[in-house]
Amino acid sequence: MFGEILRGLGTTFKHMLQPPVTIQYPEIKRPVRPRFKGRHVLERYDNGLERCIGCALCAAACPADAIFVEASENTDEERYSPGERYASTYEINMLRCIFCGYCEDACPTQAIVLKHNYEMSFYDRTSAIYTKEKLLVDLAEGAEPAPRQVEPGTYDRAIPEMEDPV
Amino acid sequence: MSFNLIDFLLSFLDMTVLDYANEVWGDQPWLSPLLSVIYIVVIATVVLLLVFVVGWTERKVLARMQDRIGPNRVGGRYGMLQMVADVVKMMTKEVIIPAGADRWAYLAAPVVSLATSILLFAVLPLAPGVVGVNLPSGIFYVMAISSVSIVGLLLAGWGSNNKYALLGAFRAVSQLVSYEVPLMITLLVPVILAGTLSLVSIVEEQTIPYFFYVPLAGIIFFISILAETGRSPFDLLEAESEIIAGFHIEYSGMYFGLFMAAEYIAIMFMSALFATVYWGGYNFFGLEDLVLANGFAIGRPIGFISLIVKIAIAFFIFMWVRATLPRFRIDQLLDFNWKLMVPLSLVLLFVVVLLNKAIDVYAPGITEFGRMSIHLLSNVIIGIVVLEIMRRRARRKREAEEGPDAGGWRMEPVLAESDETQLAHAD
Repeated sequence: MFGEILRGLGTTFKHMLQPPVTIQYPEIKRPVRPRFKGRHVLERYDNGLERCIGCALCAAACPADAIFVEASENTDEERYSPGERYASTYEINMLRCIFCGYCEDACPTQAIVLKHNYEMSFYDRTSAIYTKEKLLVDLAEGAEPAPRQVEPGTYDRAIPEMEDPV
Repeated sequence: MSFNLIDFLLSFLDMTVLDYANEVWGDQPWLSPLLSVIYIVVIATVVLLLVFVVGWTERKVLARMQDRIGPNRVGGRYGMLQMVADVVKMMTKEVIIPAGADRWAYLAAPVVSLATSILLFAVLPLAPGVVGVNLPSGIFYVMAISSVSIVGLLLAGWGSNNKYALLGAFRAVSQLVSYEVPLMITLLVPVILAGTLSLVSIVEEQTIPYFFYVPLAGIIFFISILAETGRSPFDLLEAESEIIAGFHIEYSGMYFGLFMAAEYIAIMFMSALFATVYWGGYNFFGLEDLVLANGFAIGRPIGFISLIVKIAIAFFIFMWVRATLPRFRIDQLLDFNWKLMVPLSLVLLFVVVLLNKAIDVYAPGITEFGRMSIHLLSNVIIGIVVLEIMRRRARRKREAEEGPDAGGWRMEPVLAESDETQLAHAD
C-alpha cells in the first residue's frame, strides 16, 4: 500500500517537471489533417469562372438537407460558369450541416470542397446560412471576374470539360 | 529616545517593531494593548492576503502536475492576479439565502469558520521573540480553537436547508471528530519530548527537529492534518462527485469566498503547526539564535524566512498528495482512522512517554543525539512491526475472500456442465 502511494507521488512529481501539453488555442493553431472536413468553399477555374454549374446534385446528396441551390441559364453576355447553367443562389445552412462530405463526392465538377476552416460561430440563425458570396473563393491573381462577356460559341457544352476548359 | 520615522521603518525590516515602541515610549500602560491590537490587525490582514498567494500557487502547481498550464491570463504571463480577479467576481455576486434556511445559522457559519482559522495564528511563533501570545498552554489553545471550526461546518450544513449540505455536514463532523483523536495524540508526543505545552518553548527545545525523533508520529500527524483540513484524499465533506459541494453548496458570492479563505488559512496554519512542532519552527540550525545573541536583530528575519520555507514545503506536500491520491470511501476513511491511526498513535505516545522517562532515570547525562537515536530506533521497530501486522491482516482477508489455495483466477463452473449433472441425477 505505501509502496504504491510513493510510486504515485513519484509519477505526479515527474509530470510536474515535464512541459505542459496545453496548446494555447486562439494564439497557436494546430494544423489539421490534410483530409479534414471543415467549412465548404465553392471553387473556380484558373480563368476565374465558377466551377459550379447549378446541377443541385450536392443538395440531393445531402443527408441533412442543408444545401439549397437555384440554377439559372448562362448567356454569352453574362457568363458565370463554362456549363449551360450556373448557381444563381447557393446556400448552406451551417447549423444543419454535419460535415459528412457527401456533397463533395456528388459534385461532377469538383466545385464544392470541404476545406480546413473550422472556426464558424454565429450569434443568430440567419448568419448561420452561408450564401454564395461567402462560400465562393476569391479570384486568383490576374483572373477576370466571373460574370463576363464571351465570344459566342466558346462554351458549347452543357457540362464542361473536367480540366480547365479554356 | 524619541520617535524617528526612519528608525521605525527600519525596525520593520528587523522585526523589532515591538522592541522599538518599547524603547521609545517606555513602559506605558496603554502601550501593550495597543501593540496587541496592531499585531492582531497586521497578522489577520496578512494571513487573509496570503490566501491569494496560496490559492494561486496551488492552482499553478496542481496544473503542472496534471500537465496543464494553469492560470496564465490575468496579471501577466503567469496569471498572478487570477485569485484577485476571482475575489472581485465573488464580491460582485449576490448572496442568496435559500428559502427555509435558518437565517442566523446560515449567515454565521462562514464567519465562524473564518474566525476560528484566523484565531489559531495568535499562538504561532513567527520568529525568535515574535509571537502573538506566548500562552503557557499554546497546544491546548490550538486544540480547542480547531475543534470550534467544526461548529462552523455544522451550522452551514444545518442552516442551508439542503440535504446535500446536511449530508456534507454529517460527513464533516464524523470525519473531523475522528481524525482529531490521532491529531491530538500525536500533538502530545512533542509536548512530552519538550516537557511543555507552550509552542514557543517547544520550538526553543528543538535543537534537533522532533521529526527525526519520532518520524512515525510526524507522518500520522501530517495525515491527520490532511483529514482535519478536509483536503484530498480526505475531501469527503465536499466530494464533488457524491454530494456536489457538501456543506457550502448553498453559499454564493463572498460567503462562499469566506469558506474558501477559511480552508486555505486552516491549511496554512496546519502546515505551520507541522513545521513548528515537528520541524523546529523558526530554527535554522541555531543560526538565528547565534546572530541574535551577538546583538544583530537580523536573526529574526532569518528565523522567519526559515519558518516560511518549512511551511511552504509542508504546503507543497499538501498539493502533491492532492494531485496524486484519489478520494477515500467513507468506511475506508473511518477504518483507516480507528483501526490504524488511533491505536498506532496511542502506542507511540505510550512508548515515547516510557522511553523519555527511562532515559531521564537511567541515563541522565545523555546528549540530544543519543536521545534522538533511542526514540528513532523505537519508532523504526514499531513501524516494521505495524507493517508486518498489516501485511498479515491483508493476506488473511484475501484468503478468507478467495479461499486458501486461490492462486489467481478462479474458474466458475460452466452452466452446461451443471445441467448435465442435474440430468444425470434425474436419470
